[in-house]
Amino acid sequence: MAHEATVNTHRTKWWSGGKSPFNIEYGKVMMWYFLMSDAFTFGAFLISYGTSRFSQNFWPDPNVVFNALPGAGHANLPLVFVSIMTFILIISSVTMVLAVHAGHNRNKEEVQKWLIWTIVGGLAFLGCQALEWHHLLTSEHATLVNGQIELITQTTRHNPWGQLVHGPELTAALQNSSVHTLATLAEEHHLSAATHAELMQTPKDQLVQLIANSPDVHIREKGPAAFGGFFYGITGFHGFHVFSGVIINIVMLLMTRANVFENKGHYLMIEKAGLYWHFVDLVWVFVFLCFYLI
Amino acid sequence: MSNHYDPTKDISPSAAYPEVSFHHHSDDATFKKRVWRTTWILSVVTIAELALGFFIYYLHKGEPSYFFVLLLKGIICILTLAKAYYIVSVFMHLGDEIRNFMMTIVVPLLLFIWFIIAFLADGQSFKTLKNTYDKHFEETTMPASHKAAPAETAPAKGERQ
Repeated sequence: MAHEATVNTHRTKWWSGGKSPFNIEYGKVMMWYFLMSDAFTFGAFLISYGTSRFSQNFWPDPNVVFNALPGAGHANLPLVFVSIMTFILIISSVTMVLAVHAGHNRNKEEVQKWLIWTIVGGLAFLGCQALEWHHLLTSEHATLVNGQIELITQTTRHNPWGQLVHGPELTAALQNSSVHTLATLAEEHHLSAATHAELMQTPKDQLVQLIANSPDVHIREKGPAAFGGFFYGITGFHGFHVFSGVIINIVMLLMTRANVFENKGHYLMIEKAGLYWHFVDLVWVFVFLCFYLI
Repeated sequence: MSNHYDPTKDISPSAAYPEVSFHHHSDDATFKKRVWRTTWILSVVTIAELALGFFIYYLHKGEPSYFFVLLLKGIICILTLAKAYYIVSVFMHLGDEIRNFMMTIVVPLLLFIWFIIAFLADGQSFKTLKNTYDKHFEETTMPASHKAAPAETAPAKGERQ
């Protein structure tokens, strides 16, 4: 009996209670497993996007779709706006690390300061996403639909990001289109100094020639129908995560202000909110890869 | 039991979580160095990705080789995985957790290797089937540069049944 007792005191009984075998508190373990399951959800979405993309002969080039910058008008600036969004999210991840570290030091002022910067970063990202969605949903592009030109936007049903239309096919489509559409196109691309009303009076053949011969007007077919749904679905699901992360951070800020963590004696709750926030950044890295880079 | 744990005298996080036997917490100088280094790595890798993205955009103005573009995209994917590693390992501190815990997170994620291979292959196979049995799909969606010969007498889109 005495011998057995000595043996037991030398062995750490990790799984018999009283100690954490993983050496982390319960809440943090569960946050990790939640994030792992969330990674599978995002992974499933992105992989189904990949499957649809691989099943098509043609897929839109992201540099054609995402080439606008707010305030830059019709300038062709691929990747610029989304780079800004990416850096906003990376920086807000850094400020969150600083908030968690300040929590370890039990420095209430610093925790509040860095949480506020993280919230600002999150809101800035959401603002950028709202601008991007608004642009995609409202800016009309001349598209070949059923043999004529129509002005369509990117929705979950259709999008104007198909293949370029050239030569006789383009001329025929322009001939089939309404004078109003042609006048709008000519005016938008500054092909003539005339006003829209004046262009409406111009002979149709003249308008067709004006547009068909312009190197600035790119008229495409409709793109793969799945493109818009995947884009809005996945970036929307990510944006929803950013939104809930901002709410969680605001709650953390209010709790810090109310001395909840100070009275508890530790700021470990901030660490769990931090895990969630970093995960949002992690997912964006992959959304950025799948939709904008490749 | 002279050094028995006394929660009333403990101001560390262990007061709330006595089952956690030690906390990894670095001093301010080490921490700062590590965070700055990681921030720089993430920024530089992102800029490298963007540079490759712009390079692909530039290539697409001509007729780039399919495999060269695929190679560049592969490099971008690897750079993204590097970024993911730094975010998870340093910012989320998974690299500081004990090995057993790390494995409970990382091992299930290995399923993604199979998911990606299987489902992309599925998409590819669906495309091949459609191109074989649905000629209308092939004719209307195949990019012109991929067609063997430019169809000179192809009817206009509206005329096709």
